[in-house]
Amino acid sequence: MHTPRPARGDPVIAFFLTFFLSLFVYLILTAGSGNVGFWSVSELTAGVALSLMTAAIARKFLCRAGNYRMANPLRFLLIPVYVIGPFFLEVIKANLDVAYRVITMRIRPGIIRVSSDLKSDLGIFMLANSITLTPGTITVDIDEKTHDLYIHNINVGAGDEDKPVIPDYELFSISDLPKWIRRIAE
Amino acid sequence: MISEWIIVAFLSIGITFNALGVIGLLRFPDLYTRMHATTKATTFGSVFTSLAVIVYAISLYLNTIDPQFIVLGIHSLVAAMALAFTNAVGSHAIARAAHRSGILPAPAVIDRLKEAGQ
Repeated sequence: MHTPRPARGDPVIAFFLTFFLSLFVYLILTAGSGNVGFWSVSELTAGVALSLMTAAIARKFLCRAGNYRMANPLRFLLIPVYVIGPFFLEVIKANLDVAYRVITMRIRPGIIRVSSDLKSDLGIFMLANSITLTPGTITVDIDEKTHDLYIHNINVGAGDEDKPVIPDYELFSISDLPKWIRRIAE
Repeated sequence: MISEWIIVAFLSIGITFNALGVIGLLRFPDLYTRMHATTKATTFGSVFTSLAVIVYAISLYLNTIDPQFIVLGIHSLVAAMALAFTNAVGSHAIARAAHRSGILPAPAVIDRLKEAGQ
């Protein structure tokens, strides 16, 4: 059985980070409920109380890795820039590509092995999800030791089936998404 | 009104990609290629229909200054973000479960995962 690792790092910092994150989500969901800013007094009180409870319960899970790199605003404010900018362009291009393949049926499906330089769990998570959200590629499995990803590609490039491992940046043609993810998560 | 034209454009893009997703589901040969069509194209389409709702809410708010339209816009934005996250995790889970239970990609030029024996 897999037992969760004990939380490292300072529990007080973990508590406050979880508190502010859950309060932020609650305030987004209840915006427009009253006239203190956009919120009513009862919603603000309930939000603070619920966030305190959430932080007490969930701080061990949110900050399990024990480092607070993502609390740096330069890093988490880069995520919307990444999603709206290079990632969205890549998704549009891949969607048009899949639409073309739906109509013409010119497909060469296959599962390829992709290596990545990213080391942290969050970096691999963001890369795998970016690959899955880009149409035409699905992350099927991950090698836990080497962090290699097994990716089902709807159109394996000519000659790619002979290479044992493909570097991650070759999957994306417009912008270098692994470089962006390294800037955000590592 | 320029906002009506933007709404019509977003809705057309969204419905076009959703329709392409359905056509892909009918035409593609095996589970993995069908997942490309259904999960990704429909997510892209649904994100664009959500964007149309957001533009509609913003234009109504600018006309009426009624906070209920802020609620409409923000909730559509949250729905689009939740859709993107759950789509990525869910389709990865389906693909992994399928490969582990022995459903291999039927026309495939290469299957490195089967060779690795996981």
